[in-house]
Amino acid sequence: MSIITLRESITQALREEMARDEDVFIMGCDVGLRGNPFGITKGLMNEFGEKRVIDTPISEAAFTGLGVGAAIAGMRPLVEILYCDWLTLPMDNIVNTAAKTSYMFGGQANVPIVIRAPFGVGGGVAAQHSQNNENWFVHVPGLKVIAPSTPYDMKGLLKSAIRDNNPVMCFEHKRNYSIKGEVPDGEYTIPIGKANIRKQGTDCTIVTYSYMTYVAEAAAAELEKDGISCEVIDLRSLLPLDYETVMDSVKKTSRVVVVTEAPLRGSIAGEIVGEILDRGFDLLDAPPQRVGSKNSPVAYNEGLEALCTPKKEDIIAAVRKTFE
Amino acid sequence: MKNTNCIEEIKKEFDAYAEMYVPEGLDREEQLRMYSIMWLMRKFEEAVKPLWMANKVHGYYHPYITEEAIATGIITQLKKSDYVGSTHRGHGHLIAKGGDINKMMAELFGKEEGYNKGRGGSMHISDMSIGMLGATGIVGAATAPAVGSALKSWIKGTDDVTVVFFGDGGSNAGSICEAMNMAAAWKLPVVFVCENNQWAIATDIARVTGEPDLYKRGTGFGIPSCRVDGFNIYQIWDTAKTAIARARAGEGPSFIECKTMRMLGHHATDDSWYRDMSVCDKYWEIEPIKRMGEFLVGNKIATQEELDAIEADAMKQVEASIDYADNQCHEPSLDTFYDYIYADGEVIK
Ligand SMILES: Cc1ncc(C[n+]2csc(CCOP(=O)(O)OP(=O)(O)O)c2C)c(N)n1
Ligand SMILES: [Mg+2]
Repeated sequence: MSIITLRESITQALREEMARDEDVFIMGCDVGLRGNPFGITKGLMNEFGEKRVIDTPISEAAFTGLGVGAAIAGMRPLVEILYCDWLTLPMDNIVNTAAKTSYMFGGQANVPIVIRAPFGVGGGVAAQHSQNNENWFVHVPGLKVIAPSTPYDMKGLLKSAIRDNNPVMCFEHKRNYSIKGEVPDGEYTIPIGKANIRKQGTDCTIVTYSYMTYVAEAAAAELEKDGISCEVIDLRSLLPLDYETVMDSVKKTSRVVVVTEAPLRGSIAGEIVGEILDRGFDLLDAPPQRVGSKNSPVAYNEGLEALCTPKKEDIIAAVRKTFE
Repeated sequence: MKNTNCIEEIKKEFDAYAEMYVPEGLDREEQLRMYSIMWLMRKFEEAVKPLWMANKVHGYYHPYITEEAIATGIITQLKKSDYVGSTHRGHGHLIAKGGDINKMMAELFGKEEGYNKGRGGSMHISDMSIGMLGATGIVGAATAPAVGSALKSWIKGTDDVTVVFFGDGGSNAGSICEAMNMAAAWKLPVVFVCENNQWAIATDIARVTGEPDLYKRGTGFGIPSCRVDGFNIYQIWDTAKTAIARARAGEGPSFIECKTMRMLGHHATDDSWYRDMSVCDKYWEIEPIKRMGEFLVGNKIATQEELDAIEADAMKQVEASIDYADNQCHEPSLDTFYDYIYADGEVIK
């Protein structure tokens, strides 16, 4: 075991998979010489050469398209979009080509691409560098979506994503990059589509993912002092989503709060609540609660920025509401 | 290194180098006005970094230092109703269009009195009242919308002109090519200005294009295109004058590549570790303010005392703007959280 940051866990996953499979390569703005602004790909160009770590021009639409095409031709590209906000630029090739080629071609071609995108609110970088767009991709059949929160999960899931024969979107919360955690020294993977119970509990289930997992854990710790025992589920993958784990927990607690950092309207929180109601309306003792960001772009001003996202107190209030 | 040796070396490696001259129609008063605008930009940007370090300003901030001649030489020729499309490095564009540095500084402080009411910060700074269409956080993405203002002028038959800026990095965004094509097809009143400082963060333009002479792209679309020395305000002014007149006369777009050199980090805290900054030493000898100042004095257009007074005045204005932003402005009220998401005061939560 070693203790590393989530940032380093990504680097390890990339390095190990590139060493393991020579079809794996990385593309993106400043991923080579500079090693990405967060230092994630630092050193990889020296190690693997300029054909496997490719510095692109600022042509997100086209270089992602090239990645999709290389995947169809049999490579395993890792494309980096520096902020998820700019996934709008290559959206067409993600949604209309990557997600649909296998189906449209009757299974003749796979698109084993991984698109990594930092996301989330924080740092006063305003409306075009702060979004939570993961929800959009959950709406697209043909894609898989992961958003792990710990170094251990990130490494294991990213490795699975690289080996997966489908297009996988990997969302990395910027506030998680410096979080540290234990990672085994040896080889391991974590299957896409399996949630992780971060804290066992009996009274209320909190379903969440990525950075909000930490906020939910803090809320659960505080509620524990008042005798309310919450079970905290970190989904890790959003598509496919581990409803077995969610429903097993709801069976036990009969109460559920779903938390996302995305603007709440139209978010995955509503989708998860809908699925829970379909699968187990009768299990519930209280209406499910949703917690998300306010339906607003993210401001530059720090006060307005802070007001936007869910806080520990919001989650606590939502849990309490299930006891009213 | 001696100045003259530097110039000889620069001439060898900087293919855009052009001698300074006073173009026809550019009087002394206008030259001094441009000189003072460049100082205002410089002093403003120099003031921001320490403020960023002191946590008064946050987020991403990209200084316009050493590119002042480009915005100044071009935008000062526009009238109020003309439009300017900007980049992430937009402070200079706004100052040249007549922006109020008090409101700019207040915006960088995130204050309600700022241009964007604290919502946008440096990367989105804009002043619609003078046609400055805003800085942008997404490289290349603001160009097509800026050309849209030229589309308006074309449809309405006004004589307003749009000048749209983008970097060497931004030039590789596909939608810029698409927008150039339409501008050429319909003869839209646009001047495309590529601020080629040869770097996009850590990417040397030569590594990501097969043709580093970026102006040639305009030629491919049938747009009259040329390259100028981005440190030479006179050549920039002269070239832009023709391009703006052409657009205003309804003859269509032009493309000007202003070749320069990024001599500082990409943003406030970037130390440019990924490149050899010593190559910039000689370029500091031709940085636009020093160069214009030497020319003005050398050609007896102005005295050193006049120039010093201009510099001092710019400093005073910037100091006043900091005092204004820090001491006289207010944090946006949290009650206004939902304001401006929709037009006309409508709130949809
Ligand atoms: C679509 C997009 N890709 C990448 C970035 C990250 N980024 C911000 S500025 C920049 C470099 C831009 O270079 P250039 O257009 O030459 O302008 P300069 O910074 O040199 O003025 C990059 C890559 C971005 N903001 N938007
Ligand atoms: Mg550049």
